[in-house]
Amino acid sequence: MSNPPDVVTGEIEAPSTEAQEAPPTAASEREQERRRIHEMWVTGTEAPEDAGRYTSEGAQEMLDDDDEGAGALAEQRGVVVSDDYEIDDRISDDETQIINMGPQHPSTHGVLRLQLEIEGETIRRVKPIIGYLHTGMEKTGEALTFLQGPTNVTRMDYLSPFFNELAFSLATEKLLGVEIPPRAQAIRILMTELNRVASHLLWMATQGMDVGALSMMIYGWREREICLDFFEKVTGLRMNHNYIRPGGVAADLPDGWEEDVERILSEVPKGLEDYETLLSENPIWIDRTQGVGVITPDECYAYGVTGPLLRAAGVAWDLRKEFPYSGIEQYDFDVPVGKHGDTYDRYVLRLEEVRQSLGIARQVMESMPEGDYRTDDRKVTPPPRARIDQSMEALIHHFKIFTEGFVVPEGEVYQAVESPRGELGVYLVSSGGPKPWRVHVRGPSFANVQALPVMMTDQLIADTVATLASVDPVLGDVDR
Amino acid sequence: MTDETTVPDDEAVDAAPDAAPVHEDEVLAAVATAAPSASFGVSPAGIDTAHVDREEYVAAVAAAKDAGFQMFTDLCAVDHLRRRRDRFEVIVQLVSLTLRRRLAVHVAIPGGDPSVPTITPIYQGANFYEREAYDLFGIVFDGHPDLTRLLLPDDWEGHPMRKDHPVGAVPVQFKGANKVT
Repeated sequence: MSNPPDVVTGEIEAPSTEAQEAPPTAASEREQERRRIHEMWVTGTEAPEDAGRYTSEGAQEMLDDDDEGAGALAEQRGVVVSDDYEIDDRISDDETQIINMGPQHPSTHGVLRLQLEIEGETIRRVKPIIGYLHTGMEKTGEALTFLQGPTNVTRMDYLSPFFNELAFSLATEKLLGVEIPPRAQAIRILMTELNRVASHLLWMATQGMDVGALSMMIYGWREREICLDFFEKVTGLRMNHNYIRPGGVAADLPDGWEEDVERILSEVPKGLEDYETLLSENPIWIDRTQGVGVITPDECYAYGVTGPLLRAAGVAWDLRKEFPYSGIEQYDFDVPVGKHGDTYDRYVLRLEEVRQSLGIARQVMESMPEGDYRTDDRKVTPPPRARIDQSMEALIHHFKIFTEGFVVPEGEVYQAVESPRGELGVYLVSSGGPKPWRVHVRGPSFANVQALPVMMTDQLIADTVATLASVDPVLGDVDR
Repeated sequence: MTDETTVPDDEAVDAAPDAAPVHEDEVLAAVATAAPSASFGVSPAGIDTAHVDREEYVAAVAAAKDAGFQMFTDLCAVDHLRRRRDRFEVIVQLVSLTLRRRLAVHVAIPGGDPSVPTITPIYQGANFYEREAYDLFGIVFDGHPDLTRLLLPDDWEGHPMRKDHPVGAVPVQFKGANKVT
């Protein structure tokens, strides 16, 4: 029973058909209607034709403009904003909160867990927690021969597998003291530089996706696919190729490889122009990346941060120039350098690195030397296929190389190459047997992830993902 | 060629162009001053190596940093079980961007007392690497700010990269996998 409050008391106590005949003078027309509906349901009198129009909306019912104050109306319409929150500095200083990002967060690029201590929207402390992808690959490497080693290490940094194989092979060759023929060296440079292109393109895709430029993701994968098609044609696999091996490469380039490289060299620059149109002057992109995740050169030195992060901070340090490997010093290329060390500079720098790598690939293609694709050192390389048909000794030799492996002289060596993520080093200890005594891989992502707290502290939590993506960590490389 | 502590200087000369005798090289002389026990050599990759005693290890690394090796790149532990008198070895790889050269500082650690002072006050980046070496080899880095397991779970027992920790020591966690005799 919910009679209108302003109805005369006598009528409330005696709700009857009389009320319909004698409406109260003070009630408005609407109140009469309301009463009519009430009586229809309670007393069973006949329903009006338009009864449905007058169902009550309770507390949410809009009142007439006259009934509400002008101020309340303005607030309802959003013209006036009343701020009744009070910020108490004494309380908020201590109000930090620890949240876990990962290990299953889609933007952690694998299984990285970040423990963030946040105060409001600001990150105060970061602790990267790794090891979720640890599979003991360094221990596995001790049980594999030197020839099988690249199969193992290629799976560490799975976005730049050729670099892992190259570093391992170069280290083994340093211990063996074998000379690699020029064609094998050129093929190695061709494959690694195209791998750098593929890796950077994938970085563009994921960085775009993490910042919200979703079409960038499709574009990056699209161009990378051209490179992977070529890798598949040459090595048989899209990733984890085991193509670069101690002594040379696994097989010569297939017929018509120039056309495939030419296709990469013509298609990828078109894609790069698309990216620049899409991102370089995009205000959202600039807002999300400029001044985000800054690291200074001194911090890079202290934490061993290398690669595009170091160069974006303004240090022209590229192992291809400083400690050249596999004959890369004979090709002409520039080392782009950033200025601010932020995410935007890393983007511009990687874009330029892709162009430089394409330039190297073109030079390699045009000057590809003739010759053997692996060393003629019979200790490392099995006899040619034709010899196996003629000679039992050649067959045994072939068999022994692939089962027992070849003996590598005792010694220790550290060999580093410039991977797309930075200095990729392999520390190899041989005890004079066919298997390495110790394989240690210095992954660039390991050092770069360690420096995440430097880049993230005191910036907004919304920039976490942008910063993390700009580091381009590969967790297979971090955890090994 | 090996990097044993007894590598004579004349053997190292032909391996790399900058393999000058120790005291003619300013950088190595600085390390030699801080760590008088240091012996120098050159690895097959042409990288200068300095083998130092455990007591002089931190001083040698600090001297190398002052001599221009501003960047820390790697710290690697090796288990030389039954190969050498001192079972463990820690190798620190340093880079000088200004001198364009590398230096590897080797320190031997006895198996009975696997501990060595930390170099995190000198290079912050050694933090994760020392934790990794502790995790996988059980080498204790004295003075490390947070010496906990890095790659393995906290409740893991043992240090699997040691040579006496066999592959397959942890049973495969599949149903009935251990019943095979």
